[in-house]
Amino acid sequence: MNIITIEHIAKIYQVGTEEVHALADVSLKIDKGEYVAIMGPSGSGKSTLMNILGCLDTPTKGIYNFNDVNVSQMNDNELAKIRNREIGFVFQTFNLLARSDALHNVELPLIYAGVPSADRKERAKEALAHVGLADRMHHRPNELSGGQRQRVAIARALVTRPSIILADEPTGNLDTKTGEDIMALFNEIYEQGNTIILVTHEEYIAEHAERILRIRDGLIEKDEHVKDRYIPKKNGESKI
Amino acid sequence: MKNFFIEFGEVLAIALRAIRANKMRSILTTLGIIIGIVAVTTMSTAIIGLREAFLSSISSLGSDVLYVSKSPWMARGNWSLYRNRKNITLEQYEKLQTMIKTYDAIAPTISTFGLTVKYNGKSVTSSVVYGTTEEYQRTSTIELEQGRFMNEIDVKAGRKVCMIGQDIVDELFPFESPINKEVKLNGIPFKVIGIMTKQGSGFLGSFSMDGMIIMPLKAFTTIAGDERGRLTINVKVGDVDKLEDAKEEIRGAMRVIRKVPPGKDDDFAINQQEAFKQMYDQTVGIIAIAGIVITALSLFVGAIGIMNIMFVTVTERTKEIGIRKAIGAKTWSILLQFLVEAALLCVMGGLVGLLISFPLSLIVNQFLPTTLPWTVAAMAIMISAIVGVVSGFLPAWKASRLNPVDALRYE
Repeated sequence: MNIITIEHIAKIYQVGTEEVHALADVSLKIDKGEYVAIMGPSGSGKSTLMNILGCLDTPTKGIYNFNDVNVSQMNDNELAKIRNREIGFVFQTFNLLARSDALHNVELPLIYAGVPSADRKERAKEALAHVGLADRMHHRPNELSGGQRQRVAIARALVTRPSIILADEPTGNLDTKTGEDIMALFNEIYEQGNTIILVTHEEYIAEHAERILRIRDGLIEKDEHVKDRYIPKKNGESKI
Repeated sequence: MKNFFIEFGEVLAIALRAIRANKMRSILTTLGIIIGIVAVTTMSTAIIGLREAFLSSISSLGSDVLYVSKSPWMARGNWSLYRNRKNITLEQYEKLQTMIKTYDAIAPTISTFGLTVKYNGKSVTSSVVYGTTEEYQRTSTIELEQGRFMNEIDVKAGRKVCMIGQDIVDELFPFESPINKEVKLNGIPFKVIGIMTKQGSGFLGSFSMDGMIIMPLKAFTTIAGDERGRLTINVKVGDVDKLEDAKEEIRGAMRVIRKVPPGKDDDFAINQQEAFKQMYDQTVGIIAIAGIVITALSLFVGAIGIMNIMFVTVTERTKEIGIRKAIGAKTWSILLQFLVEAALLCVMGGLVGLLISFPLSLIVNQFLPTTLPWTVAAMAIMISAIVGVVSGFLPAWKASRLNPVDALRYE
């Protein structure tokens, strides 16, 4: 079953009098349970593609069906609802609320989904336990290490049980070992049947996925299956 | 709706956290609102107090009493028009009494000002001397503390008796009871038969009802000459709802009595307490509104401060807005968040303002019979909230319109 079906989408920006084709013509399908990496150098259009896939932005042309719903013409509030229910974001810079503790950060999407407080807290605690941070619930981001922050962000992405997890350079701000841990966590999440889309420019990171989409100049240059994908070993921080 | 309440809790928590995180800035911004609220509430308290004082000073006129006289109290235009009118005479009063039905009591009065009263070598100037009948006690709000009011016989016979106010008692009889003592007015002795209850001073201490002397009409003419046209007929209607009917009845009767031809204007006036109220509201009321508007300017300046700081806050928290939007906050969630923050700042300012203006109103209370009314306090809180929402709207709107992609990229 396809979660994502994109047909001939293009994104054109008007810069002064010039038209910039960030995405020229992209078509792709992503199935439920796939682990896809989107790769490309900067300026390739991979960020634009990620923004569109994440319903943060809409394409200028083409059709984007998400779970068989056309989201390419939706308004801001409709997109917000899709992002809230169907997409879990993990960012390079974690993007946690600095003044809130881990628990509250994880609760946030549930607040916007209208989940009552008691239920919300329970689910957030569960998600934090899932990423191995049961004992760090009341720590603020500045009291957590980079790896722990990213785990909080992953818990936040998972807490709504979204259709896809969209990770944008999730290891970009982490050292190699911590990055490895995070990738191991993604692997676990993948193995539990979640759909993951990973945006990266590092070949090594991309090889954790089972499929790599290579983007260049706003076009998909290559859509390849990873024959021997890299399976990271667990360092023991997370408990499944 | 359920979503709204769930989010509102979050929104309130965020706002409180944000305000606490920027204590100094919050205090300084709120200061503008505090000053504005103090100015507006203190001004309102003073204005309400002023009106209360005025109303209590005219309350002795009675809300259900009509005063028939030659000229209106609140004359507009040409005074000579009224001055040349024929006097209202005692005969006219007697005729009126027989012709009208809608009344509880009716009394003719003549007054004069500034007569000197003497007793035992001491003297005092009375504020006003009334010549009237025994019915005056019922048309007025006068009460006796000691002795009795003049009766029908006193009036018919024109006995030289009088009722005096507390100020006169205090001056002339500091150590003895004035009852049955003789005071001299223009050299003519009058026996004191009653003392009137203290009424307190009039509007801003201008005119004291306690300097009053009341005596029979005929006795009055012996000290102040005949009724030189200052006769006023006081008609107590007894029911405010019947005031207009009574007025028409009196008007009709007076036109017949004074032989006013049909089509001609009345050559007399029917006055009532209401006229004073209207005059007050038309003159002092306008000044009061001007005062409120001017003090409200300080609140306006405070509102600009709030708006300014909210713009700064929105810019500072662009990234946070981006995160919230990415995670699923809708446009109205963000709008609400910043509106609530602005409103909360202002309401806190309003509360502090009230804490300051309450003791200030106790100072106002030294001069005017009022403290901060709860309606003004409630209004102040409401106004603060409205100021917050209005001044926070543009920044909040800007925040809610941010594109999540750009907002997330903001550093």
